[in-house]
Amino acid sequence: MSDADPAVPEADAPESATAAVIAAAKESDFALVVGTLLAIYAAAALLSFTDGLNSVVGLMETLTFLGLVYALTALALNLQWGYTGLFNIGVAGFMAVGVYTMGMVVRSPDPAFGPPGLGLPLPVGVLAGMGMAALLGGIAALPALRLKADYLAIVTLGLSEIIRLSLQSSAFDSFLRDTIGAGTGGGRGMGMPDNPVRDLFLVDGQAGTPTALGDLVFGVFGTDGLGISHPILIGWGYIAVLAAFLVGFYLLLERLGRSPFGRTMKAIREDELVANSLGKDVNLVKIKVFVIGCALMGLAGILWFGSQGNVSPTPQFRPLLTFYVFIAVIIGGSGSNTGSVLGGIVFAAVLFEGPRRVGGAVRGLIDAETPGSFADALVSLDPVTLLAYAADNVAPLQFVFLGLVLVFIIHRRPEGVLGDRIETAAAVDLSERPAGGESDE
Amino acid sequence: MGTTDSSIVDAARARPGLLFAVLLGGLLLVDLAAKLGGVGLGPIGGSVSVDRLGSNLWNGVVIGLVIGLAGIGLSMTYSILSFANFSHGDLVSAGAFTGWGVAFLIAGFGDVPVRALLTVRDAGSASPGDVGAHILSTPGAILVGLVAAFVVTSLLAVALDRAFYKPMRDRDGISLLIASIGAALIVRYLLQFGYGSDRRGVTASVEQSNLAFGPLGVSVNAHELTILVAAVGLMVAMHAMLQHTKLGTAMRAMADNKDLALITGIPAERVVTATWIIGGGLAGASGYLYVLLRGTIQFDFGWLLLLLIFAAVILGGIGSVYGAIVGGLVIGVVFTTSTIWIPSDFNQAAAFAVMILMLLLRPEGLFGGVSTA
Repeated sequence: MSDADPAVPEADAPESATAAVIAAAKESDFALVVGTLLAIYAAAALLSFTDGLNSVVGLMETLTFLGLVYALTALALNLQWGYTGLFNIGVAGFMAVGVYTMGMVVRSPDPAFGPPGLGLPLPVGVLAGMGMAALLGGIAALPALRLKADYLAIVTLGLSEIIRLSLQSSAFDSFLRDTIGAGTGGGRGMGMPDNPVRDLFLVDGQAGTPTALGDLVFGVFGTDGLGISHPILIGWGYIAVLAAFLVGFYLLLERLGRSPFGRTMKAIREDELVANSLGKDVNLVKIKVFVIGCALMGLAGILWFGSQGNVSPTPQFRPLLTFYVFIAVIIGGSGSNTGSVLGGIVFAAVLFEGPRRVGGAVRGLIDAETPGSFADALVSLDPVTLLAYAADNVAPLQFVFLGLVLVFIIHRRPEGVLGDRIETAAAVDLSERPAGGESDE
Repeated sequence: MGTTDSSIVDAARARPGLLFAVLLGGLLLVDLAAKLGGVGLGPIGGSVSVDRLGSNLWNGVVIGLVIGLAGIGLSMTYSILSFANFSHGDLVSAGAFTGWGVAFLIAGFGDVPVRALLTVRDAGSASPGDVGAHILSTPGAILVGLVAAFVVTSLLAVALDRAFYKPMRDRDGISLLIASIGAALIVRYLLQFGYGSDRRGVTASVEQSNLAFGPLGVSVNAHELTILVAAVGLMVAMHAMLQHTKLGTAMRAMADNKDLALITGIPAERVVTATWIIGGGLAGASGYLYVLLRGTIQFDFGWLLLLLIFAAVILGGIGSVYGAIVGGLVIGVVFTTSTIWIPSDFNQAAAFAVMILMLLLRPEGLFGGVSTA
């Protein structure tokens, strides 16, 4: 079960950490993240242990993957909203730009099916995706300089819908094919380039031809060893990559948050006018925050959807995706990086994937025909039939539950469920050191 | 003349973006004229028939009226309660489903099982033809349905206010906005749970429901005329209420300056409740009319419409009821006539782009509502 511990790279993190303060604070934060993951694993094991080890490990893999990608996106959003107070609800659009640009740059110029690409190496594609998301973030920042938060929300939502509708459009697809020679695939979407992690385990990514590492891992854990299916094992390999990126995001944002730039961001969040009066270039900081945050969202989009085989604009990049990320940040408490990581993990397991699994498990226990509609279930006057309908239609109920959670948190715990906003705007904790000799400016 | 010229130059220097927008608009008009005349001048010109322009404009006006009607409620809650209500689009859907449930019940009672009627054809295997709801064959059912949509949605809006928004009256706009996203999820997915998720036809087809307007070559069907009459009627009633009743005066005072309104003794909570009743009711009515226009219904159509409604409200100026109506008409016309220049995939994007440009160039809106910056 050693592959059930993808967070191992996080333990190495403090070695490359930037300051002793961060390392000290991370001790408890790290334990909190691992503890949360272990609790989720325990629940997952309880839910699926009857189906054997393979499904237990598979469920853990799904939950960890979702938790990590939500944590990555939540961290990027936290920079904009939590630190600087910029209410950007166009997250889905920036993620779409990142992953689509990557796909268009990396795909082969004459693929067997789907739109052509430029055929450049993967790292170039990832950088191009981040760059394009950053560029659009810079453009989106222009309204942020003038508008109040709620109007910025509408503008960014509109922008993300414009992006989605453009990617959906076949006219835009053929325009891009004619001008730059790479298309988006329109409504059918595009296949993603091969995941390099897969090539670590399999020669050329072909099933049945393992590499030396693949032989070793498959021999111990795979069908010849513990009986875990190979795609799940490769999934765990990718999770290690995601965990490394998560540590990178975390360290970058912690470093940024504690820099003079970070203090300016927090000052803008607390009171823009004061920050401006003290001679800070508020507009420049806002543009930079948008550019950095959107580049990270683009990267998160690449890591998330780029590994999913196929992307298409409409089911995947609806504004609902943005709200998921927002809920993750709100659960963790906006303004706290650890909170964002925890919020992402908890959201993915408890609110996103959990209800579906529980619904499926409940449905398995009920021996009744599912009625075709709610009205039919109601007319039957049979609570079991009604429960069968609810268990089969757990998806809408899950959204209702999400909405209730969101309203509840905003009413009762606006600072987040998992902790207070610990990041103060001041460089030193003023409450602890009332007679402190240091002053910031 | 000289002074006028220099003031135009000054204005252009002060607002380069506005100048750009005006120039672009002018270019599009010249291009449209060239297209209508069938003249091709390099990149501009081409050919568009007068008929096509006429029918595009007419469709734009009808959609615009529905959007404007929904926008009135959004604009009122935005100005009186100071938050962007993201659950407004789902009030639109809720009105459509409940209103059509009632209209179906009356139109198809006896022939089709009640549970299929009340769930707008989700249960059972009734077809739109079996129910036979159409303004020419069952005008009574359509009208009662409209009233039901208004009443049920206003009750729902008040219930949402009591449960979600009232406990946080003194909180900032962003907290309320987030709460409204939660409320939107709750309403939308309860609709999906109760009414099912498939898109389905609603109105029956009746022969000879199209009336052709000879001179313009515009074909107008009976449902579009119904929408025109109903939407204009509701807007006129709204105007009369705002201008000639005590409640209307109180609402305008609250929207204009809340603190001043409170110290002059206006009962704030009663005005807020009235705002939800009227705003929610108009949203429900507009959703009902939108389904009458399109002929199909789906649980999330109101949410998909929400950004267009926001665009209309922002265009007209937050807090201005007349602005919302005019904004709705502009957005509707942009939505339908933009297909003359750009692929039809982009007509919604064009409407959003107009909204973003408006926010950047003239944040107070066409009618100068509450400032946005």
